[in-house]
Amino acid sequence: MTTPALLRRRRPRSTRQLTAGRGVYVVLGAAVLLSLFPLYWTLVAASRTNTEIHRMPPVLLPGGRLWHNVTQVFAQTDLRLAMVNSLIVATTVTASVVLTSTLGGFAFAKLRFRGRNTLLASVVATMMVPTQLGIIPLYIMMANWFHWADHLQALIVPAAANAFGLFFMRQYLIGAVPDELLDAGRMDGCSTRGLVWHVVLPAARPAMSVLGMLTFMAAWNDFYWPKVVMTQQNPTVQLTLSELASGYIKDYSLVLTGALVASAPVLVAFLLMGRQIIDGIMQGATKG
Amino acid sequence: MAAPTAAVRGARAPARTAGHRWHRLDRTVSPYLYLSPFFVVFGVFGLFPMLYTGYVSFTAWRADRPGSEGQWVGFENYRKLLDDPFFWNAVKNTLGIGVLATLPQLLLALGLAHLLNYRMRGRTLMRLGVLLPNVTSVAAVTLIFVQLFGRDFGMVNWFLSLFGVDHVDWQAGTLSSWSAIAAIVTWRWTGYNALLYLAAMQSVPFELYEAAALDGASRWRQFRSITIPMLRPTILFTVIVSTIGALQLFGEPMLFSQQQDPTTGGSQHQFQTLALYSYNQFWGRFKYGYGAAISWAMFLLIVLVAVVNFLAARRMRGAE
Repeated sequence: MTTPALLRRRRPRSTRQLTAGRGVYVVLGAAVLLSLFPLYWTLVAASRTNTEIHRMPPVLLPGGRLWHNVTQVFAQTDLRLAMVNSLIVATTVTASVVLTSTLGGFAFAKLRFRGRNTLLASVVATMMVPTQLGIIPLYIMMANWFHWADHLQALIVPAAANAFGLFFMRQYLIGAVPDELLDAGRMDGCSTRGLVWHVVLPAARPAMSVLGMLTFMAAWNDFYWPKVVMTQQNPTVQLTLSELASGYIKDYSLVLTGALVASAPVLVAFLLMGRQIIDGIMQGATKG
Repeated sequence: MAAPTAAVRGARAPARTAGHRWHRLDRTVSPYLYLSPFFVVFGVFGLFPMLYTGYVSFTAWRADRPGSEGQWVGFENYRKLLDDPFFWNAVKNTLGIGVLATLPQLLLALGLAHLLNYRMRGRTLMRLGVLLPNVTSVAAVTLIFVQLFGRDFGMVNWFLSLFGVDHVDWQAGTLSSWSAIAAIVTWRWTGYNALLYLAAMQSVPFELYEAAALDGASRWRQFRSITIPMLRPTILFTVIVSTIGALQLFGEPMLFSQQQDPTTGGSQHQFQTLALYSYNQFWGRFKYGYGAAISWAMFLLIVLVAVVNFLAARRMRGAE
């Protein structure tokens, strides 16, 4: 049993190709720096005055006005309401997507039923369809038929389940739940719901948390559909942020403070779960 | 299976049969039950609106003209579209920004993935670093870059001034605005695609490289003749997905604009994408029918470009 693992570990080390030289570190370091710099600059700008950030050459260290700017942004905009709205929408959508994707993914991965392959193919196909194609009728439905325009359910219900999550959970559950365990459960007279409860959910937990994280971020960050269906009376964080920047004369230290506050929840989540998210993205890539 | 069991435990036979029937029903119905949320949501809020867009595009529906919603005009909207200089301008902008936002990005991602594939210290930190831009929202990222691309006090222009380049007004020019928007998209997505490539690279059998090295193939040669062909499915996937994303750009051009009406895409419409133009017609001018026609045209364009990309990527295989 130990030999393959040992081989796998030793092989990369034995060849020159996979050992990084100084050049690799330098180039990668530069790439990481480029990735981080705009966000670091946002922190710098959010902790200084508008005049300070427009100095040439630019200041590169954070100042002491972060708290002042944050209170200013909250005082001048509806950011408090927007944060609550975004939190409600993102958590509800996340809970719903994770649940429906786990159940549906389990069905595709482990259950036998008529039309399985056709349905799976149609799910994959829907991932390729551009979302914007239906945006005008979707707005008409929300505004004229359901009277949901400017209400949070207009953001929640259409996002309550999606093809990506379904496919993601299917890919994970194929390998994570042994068929033998399910068969044994069936022999003991376990219903499908029982199997979900006792076998699938415990096994699916790691993938569920990654999917939850990705879904939360996507819902929190969404701009296009909220822009269409919501107004500034009942905004999400991204709408308030865009409103903050739409004034004729901009105080960029406040705009970037807004950007920082709006990004803070996803940045914190990323710092906490970044590793698992990376694993999730990479696993999805190879199995897909 | 069930019949002998029921016979053996004769006393409990009726209960067993009922249980058995329920069991069978459970096994037939449960899969559909579990899949129903997705198909209901997709059917109502995905498929139906798409088809309805097709219908609306054949009507003269304008929200500011009551009673116009049922007015069937056939291909009139599409005919108008073909004569609309703003439409063709938006097509040009969408394709131009699309190329600038995907091609360099995917090449960069490929190179980045190659480097990330080396054995090194701090690999997790490096991966986290390059993925971080992707979790930041379109709105936040665009506003940050608008500041960085500022004409008089932006850091990009300050940096360029060190090399003697005068203040560039990034919003004003066609190529400059396209490049700036493409830079925003590239910054946000390169790391993500690099991780997809990295995952694919790690599943390439190692023996291939060993054999190639024994044959005296250089690293560049190995990269071209082993890595790239083995990555083709992933490359194909990222090309298609990036294309679909790039041809739908909305938030970036909208928030990049410094005009009174952000849906015009700059003073001369120089970066008004199709998504922005459709929104402008539908949301700003109340032209539901015409906006829907633009949506369908955009969809056809996406399909066309995706198919061309797909064929081009397949042909690459033939070349090698």
